Amino acid sequence: MTIVYDDTSEDTGSVPIRRIKFTINGKKKIAEVEPRLLLSHLIRRGLELTGTHMGCDTTNCGACTVLVDGKPVKSCTMLAVQVDGHEISTVEGLAGQSELHPLQEGFKQEHGLQCGFCTPGMMMAAKALLDENPSPTEDEVRWALSGNLCRCTGYQNIVKSVLWAAEKLRGSAE
Amino acid sequence: MTSQAVDEIKIGGLGASRKRVEDDRFIRGKGNYTDDITLPGMLHMEILRSPLAHARIKSIDTSRAWEIPGVHLVLTGEMMATRNLAWMPTLSYDTQAVLATDKVRFQGQEVACVIADDPYIAKDACEAIDVEYEPLPVIVNPMQALAEGAPVIRDDKENQPDNVVFNWEVGDKAGTDAAFAQADVVSRLALHYPRSHPSPIECCGSIADFNRATSKLTVYMTTQAPHIIRAAVALVAELPEQMIRIISPDIGGGFGNKVPVYPGYVCSILASILLERPVKWIEDKSGNLISTGFARDIYLDGEMALRKDGKILAVRMHTESDHGAFFSDAQPSKFKIGLMHSAFAAYDIPHAHLTARGTYTNKAPGGVAYRCSFRVTEAMFFQERMVQSAATDLGMDQAEFRRMNFVKDDDFPHRTPFGFLTDSGQYAKCLDVGLKAIDYENFRARQAEARKRGKLLGLGISTMTEPLGAGNSREYDILGIKMFDSADLKVHMTGKALLRTGARGQGQGHETTWAQIVAHELGIPAQDVVVEEGDTDTAPFGMGTYASRSTPVAGAAVAMVSRKIRAKARRLAAHLLEVSEEDVEWELGRFYVRSAPDRGVTIQECAMAAYSNMPDGMEPGLENTAYYDPPNLTWPFAVYIVTVEVDPQTGVWDVLSMVAVDDCGVRINPMIVEGQIMGGLTEAYAMASMQFITFDAEGNCVGSNYMDYLLPTAWETPGFELHSEVVTPCPHHPIGAKGIGECAAVGGPAAFVNAVIDALDGMGVRNIDMPLLPDRVWEAITYRRDVSGAPPVRSDD
Repeated sequence: MTIVYDDTSEDTGSVPIRRIKFTINGKKKIAEVEPRLLLSHLIRRGLELTGTHMGCDTTNCGACTVLVDGKPVKSCTMLAVQVDGHEISTVEGLAGQSELHPLQEGFKQEHGLQCGFCTPGMMMAAKALLDENPSPTEDEVRWALSGNLCRCTGYQNIVKSVLWAAEKLRGSAE
Repeated sequence: MTSQAVDEIKIGGLGASRKRVEDDRFIRGKGNYTDDITLPGMLHMEILRSPLAHARIKSIDTSRAWEIPGVHLVLTGEMMATRNLAWMPTLSYDTQAVLATDKVRFQGQEVACVIADDPYIAKDACEAIDVEYEPLPVIVNPMQALAEGAPVIRDDKENQPDNVVFNWEVGDKAGTDAAFAQADVVSRLALHYPRSHPSPIECCGSIADFNRATSKLTVYMTTQAPHIIRAAVALVAELPEQMIRIISPDIGGGFGNKVPVYPGYVCSILASILLERPVKWIEDKSGNLISTGFARDIYLDGEMALRKDGKILAVRMHTESDHGAFFSDAQPSKFKIGLMHSAFAAYDIPHAHLTARGTYTNKAPGGVAYRCSFRVTEAMFFQERMVQSAATDLGMDQAEFRRMNFVKDDDFPHRTPFGFLTDSGQYAKCLDVGLKAIDYENFRARQAEARKRGKLLGLGISTMTEPLGAGNSREYDILGIKMFDSADLKVHMTGKALLRTGARGQGQGHETTWAQIVAHELGIPAQDVVVEEGDTDTAPFGMGTYASRSTPVAGAAVAMVSRKIRAKARRLAAHLLEVSEEDVEWELGRFYVRSAPDRGVTIQECAMAAYSNMPDGMEPGLENTAYYDPPNLTWPFAVYIVTVEVDPQTGVWDVLSMVAVDDCGVRINPMIVEGQIMGGLTEAYAMASMQFITFDAEGNCVGSNYMDYLLPTAWETPGFELHSEVVTPCPHHPIGAKGIGECAAVGGPAAFVNAVIDALDGMGVRNIDMPLLPDRVWEAITYRRDVSGAPPVRSDD
């Protein structure tokens, strides 16, 4: 991310900057970033995609889950420079032009969210599961989401939401 | 002119499981939480915290921090003191350090702040601040605080010679003593309800934006009570109240954690005033866990006087509460130990007496009502643990002992043992539904049979009554501000409406539910009503959302303002129908002529008339505001039953089934109510099984991140079976509703613990303190003894 500093001293030295290229939600981007910049901050502050939330900054809560080359990644524990040449998907890329992704519909239908803070991460983790396993059992859903914390719902409805989406996706695939 | 009332469920009225309107933005990643907001010229603040729990500050050197490019301001306690902001008042009439000046009193206390162009730079600069500390002896529990020669933590205060915060008592001592003298059996139980942290996934944060040109201060912040914050800022910072705008945007969970005023908010406000630029502070998870409002941390010791046939004659209780370094309980009652004395509300007990003492320790302050009315969780936990112990001591069946001591359905209104007036209850019916659902008789047979094969099965019952909805203004206030709430309804000429309340939801679904109350009262479809909350410049004054008070108080105000609108609409209808007002009847969505029911006008037609065709002399428009001061609390109740299997080799226990029978009166949106109950049950399970935030002998917080402070995931969380067949409408609430968001978190923990203790029946184990970690259960089984969880943490924990 580009930052303009007040020039307050003589020998500040140069801030190291790396130039990276990546794709996010299908769009190609170039960014100049400090090597220490977290991927979550590149997404939230650099790209202004604030649907990816940060809950714990220690890879525990999963609110910042995005997909990197289709695999779920907690973006608070990946450096932005690591996505050079890779493809990122965030919650903002889930819905199509006119219709919601079945996971989004499922979460609303089955009351799978309350405060909504964990929801984008939950949906991205669930998407990675359903992309690989279109017919998961309840236990498989629970296991796939066990890296994502929710304080509001008690998970029962989140699991139902994912199963709802799986069924809808299977229906549309037939 | 219509001839049909509208169908309430079709328009999303009372009882409709309407899908939530707020979901539409959250599922798209378009929520608007505090950290999502960026303002032009915005700077970032980070806090430097104390690594020590108790130490004198010898010096703070900020010179290296100031030299880092991009740093705009470094704040210390000394600088805060020049503006009289080094200390701030708490919600419990104590003071709390904003930035430490004399000494630090808990690990994680705020020592300095850096404001910089970028949060990374601010963090770098915090590490460049050199603080020299002189360590002092550390106190981590009330026993240490009360010991002879203990260091005085609050030496900043005059007239504070020791570490005692308060002594308080309630009840009938003489009657209780007399009843104990008559008892056939006295049952005793002592336990520690451990410190817990509400830990919403979103941490606390604020963006203060002071505009020198207009003198207006706008603060976006994670608060459950924006109007109280506005009042606090006006009083503490001495800014004119009309120049303060508090906006509480979407909140990523609260659970009580976002009620208090935290030093970070104050520092960001001062920094913005000094720098005349917006300043954003977003706390990290460790900061949230080690410095913000914890809950519980109380030692409960009690005894029950019993007649040998099972009748409870009296209860005696003593509590020692650990308040941390500053007495900042976020509670609205006049009672020092909150609503602890709501204990035993479900039972018909003639005499009771409670003494309570609070102490300062070198631990984070806070004392918030984590998903409950303040101290009710502890009260109900002790009640149900005590009841189980008493039944065991008498050799009576757990269910039968409860049934014979319950307040009977026709004994309401009923005065509880400590003096609350409850209005309704069907405890025996709740218990029967729960026992049937869990298949009680068969389970007991299976349990006995399994025991012969060395398998440990257990069943735990918990009965809960929650005094909810703080409050009535006679007994409940915050810093003198009465605990009413409000709703403001503007019906536009096309019959669509805008509703604003003084509450502030954090996931409870207010935007959906409030519209359903309007639909119920006015027949305006819920989808035609937009709900807004959280902006003090637009919302009517209200006390916010906590203690499950939204539906009991703000929800009641929504019904009342709708009725005011309906009253005016009736006059408009009479005018349109050319009859006198007395001849107009109401059915949902329409007024009609009593003698000619086919002649009617819809509420929408009345709305248009309010702007275009009002009778002579009538004020135009169709808008109103209601402030609601409830006559009493609401009293939801429930029975929770859990069955578990304990592995005697490892101490690991698994939930086999859990049944919840909640009576929260009329359910406005059953889907949302069930969501609230499941969330509460999960937090109950979390407290009982794994949430563990404790301290070692040096006052280091153990549980300062999610690797140590465990929250249950989808994998561990058991399934729940919910029952809604017991419905006792609240007699004084306008639509018969009661609070529900917290009940399961209040009543649930005892059900889990009772189940594990029941599984260990006959092993001489009376108590294991929460969380029931496998090593504690293993220790209890292996050594046939009680296991305490009081800090300091043991080296083998």
